[in-house]
Amino acid sequence: MSPIVKLLAQRIALGLLLLFLVSILIFAGTIVLPGDVAQSILGQSATPEALANLRAELGLDEPPVARYFNWLFGVFQGDLGTALTSGQDIATAIGKRLGNTLFLAFWAAIIAVPLAIFLGLLAVRYRERWPDKLISAVTLASISVPEFLIGYILMFFIGVKLGWFPPTAISYRPDADLLTKLSAVALPIAVLTLVVLAHMMRMTRAAILNVMQSAYIETAELKGLRMFTIIWRHAFPNSVAPVVNVVMLNLAYLVVGVVVVEVVFVYPGMGGYLVDHVSKRDIPVVQACGLIFAAVYIGLNLIADVVSILANPRLRHPK
Amino acid sequence: MNDHLRYLAGRASAGLITRREFVGRAAALGLTATAANLMLSQRVLADGPKKGGTIRIGVQGGSTTDSLDPALAANQVPLLVGRLWGEPLVELKDGGGVEGKVAESFEGSADASVWRFKIRNGITFSNGQSVTAEDAAKSLQRHSNEDAKSGALGIMRSVKNVTTDGDTVVVELDGPNADLPYLMADYHLLIQPGGGMEDPTAAIGTGPYILKEVDMGVRFIAEKNPNYWGDLGNADVIEVIVINDNTARVAALQSGQVDIIDRVPPRTAGLVNRAPNITVSTTAGPGHYVFIAHVNTAPFNNQDVMMALKWGMNRQEMVDKILSGYGSVGNDTPISSAYPYFTEFEQREYDPDKAAFHWKKSGYDQPILLRTSENSFPGAPDAAALFQQSLQAAGIPMEIKREPNDGYWSEVWNSKPFCTSYWGGRPTQDQMFSTAYLSSADWNDTRFNVPRFDELLVSARAELDDVKRTDMYAEMGMILRDQGGLICPMFNDFIDAHTDRVAGWVDGAAGFALMNSYAPMKMWVA
Repeated sequence: MSPIVKLLAQRIALGLLLLFLVSILIFAGTIVLPGDVAQSILGQSATPEALANLRAELGLDEPPVARYFNWLFGVFQGDLGTALTSGQDIATAIGKRLGNTLFLAFWAAIIAVPLAIFLGLLAVRYRERWPDKLISAVTLASISVPEFLIGYILMFFIGVKLGWFPPTAISYRPDADLLTKLSAVALPIAVLTLVVLAHMMRMTRAAILNVMQSAYIETAELKGLRMFTIIWRHAFPNSVAPVVNVVMLNLAYLVVGVVVVEVVFVYPGMGGYLVDHVSKRDIPVVQACGLIFAAVYIGLNLIADVVSILANPRLRHPK
Repeated sequence: MNDHLRYLAGRASAGLITRREFVGRAAALGLTATAANLMLSQRVLADGPKKGGTIRIGVQGGSTTDSLDPALAANQVPLLVGRLWGEPLVELKDGGGVEGKVAESFEGSADASVWRFKIRNGITFSNGQSVTAEDAAKSLQRHSNEDAKSGALGIMRSVKNVTTDGDTVVVELDGPNADLPYLMADYHLLIQPGGGMEDPTAAIGTGPYILKEVDMGVRFIAEKNPNYWGDLGNADVIEVIVINDNTARVAALQSGQVDIIDRVPPRTAGLVNRAPNITVSTTAGPGHYVFIAHVNTAPFNNQDVMMALKWGMNRQEMVDKILSGYGSVGNDTPISSAYPYFTEFEQREYDPDKAAFHWKKSGYDQPILLRTSENSFPGAPDAAALFQQSLQAAGIPMEIKREPNDGYWSEVWNSKPFCTSYWGGRPTQDQMFSTAYLSSADWNDTRFNVPRFDELLVSARAELDDVKRTDMYAEMGMILRDQGGLICPMFNDFIDAHTDRVAGWVDGAAGFALMNSYAPMKMWVA
């Protein structure tokens, strides 16, 4: 197992370096944007005096490099700081929001991942026949439509016209019972599922079809095994590596890329929180959110790598 | 038959039969559904407010970055939430004028330069502390002192000194101002214990409700304040839910997730109104969408260029296409009929011939550069394109530069010579003119500088004779209309909507959205 431990250590170190670079990029990015937090807080109603007062109070009169290192120093001590705009503790606020985002991502993943893999297997089983074509057509169509449009369509027909589920997630409360919470996020979950389905389904299908060309599959066929058994027992395990990679990418998307869905369905997750603070140039919050998003991305990719190594005996037992 | 209908309407408004049932039975008696609904809502109004229940309101404009500090309130959500827990000294009355809130009564000195506000006797803050003149004076001082970052700093600038005299707050101005009570109704100037100097975000005030749950940018829950001095507030609980997305807000109303929403998009307001259980209400207000030019900068310092642009604006088309008819045409002054001393001028119409005449006379032949962005007002890029076309018909070339929403207010507005923008309007002429058209104003976004205008503005403040004052404002309006850099094609209506679960809507209250943001308190669960 030592190569895996070594690889893990390497990857984690690289991940930390990446996080550091990401934080510099985000900081530079928010500095380059026009306007600053004091102007955003006071908006159109800013007067020069009020602006100067607020800047001094928030410490914006210090040079950017000094502000960055103050922030970095705080992070190493586990302190994400307080939001410039509202004065709230960032860690507490993000904790709540991150919980909501993970809740949504978790249930979307629970539905989307097995469904995508099952549809992929089904498409291979009936390849080039109508079930395959139907699955491909539907999933490709749903990934091609912008997600906010799918959101509005579901909101109007399922939420308003049919009344099966609430059209917006405003009845979602972190302390409500599970059933209420699930009914509140039913439509966002449906949209997210439709958006990530195609990618995972197509990759499963392609990876398995690749393996299906191998000689041992022919042997299995000649042994008289059922087609679905061959795919599930013999072909799928050998195509796990690329599928896991795509699944992880999509899981990361479910956490970091759901801004649009959150805004459309008024769901209080990380995305909306980040967007609010970007538009106010609230740098500490943007930095903290950016770090968390980057960490999720890097972490999931790390898992993908480890899983594909474990799934491949040649990598597991190197000579 | 009429007796039977009245009996049914009574039962329906008392909740003994449902609205659907009532409309059905009324139809059996030969009444159309519309007439039946109308009859019922009249009956509900006539029965008067009912106490109790929960009212949920979905509003646009909230953000997780908002603060409970009233000094920092800058959009609809903090304004509405502030109304729940706090009160200013005075408030605008629905029919015009000002009424007392924390102040029981107020009076100005003969020259209107010193104002005395008598604090209402025996009222308490929601923490049990009784309200003193010192609390009120400190609250005003917090918004006017040097290191304040209050959004009300601009309007507090004319305040020289705030002192107390027993149970009275004395506001001394640096000159006469007959409109001071209107200024004191500003939504930032909520009275807080100790002026909110120690804890500005505590949300403790004298309002009809007490904030119980705050999730910034998401939702606020307020319960009735049992010790409130007045009779404002019908529902036991008011839930303010932030829904920034237009489609989601309308969908939430249609499915009954909320009872009231603001800012129905003009393009869909007609469709929304067609739903049987929803009423769309409009309020004509002082808000307007504008094209502003710096009159001290070439080519806009050339009066003929300005006149060419003004005659080249098709105002009716703007109201029809940009506001979908929910608004009224402007006349190149910021003053609408919603203002107290309004005088109507001859309407400036679209006239390509006159525009072409002035354009030739100006001797200028370069294209005019107009900057715009989607957030300068809803539909601004479309309005810019319409303007471009109506000018083209007069042979005037215009180029449009689309600017990003980000930084528009800091980089373009009040900085570049010609751009699109909006004004929310003010309760009085004096406030509107002093904010944006006085030559020394911070937000003089047209760089307007006519000595006669400034002179009239100052003398109108001290004028207590309404007739003379109306004349002065009319003269100022004419100066602005003919020499100003303001092209004001339209005044936008506020479009709000509510379901029939709630009742008590009053059209046009105080000329601002959501019955001047009192809708959740003044309406009731039907």
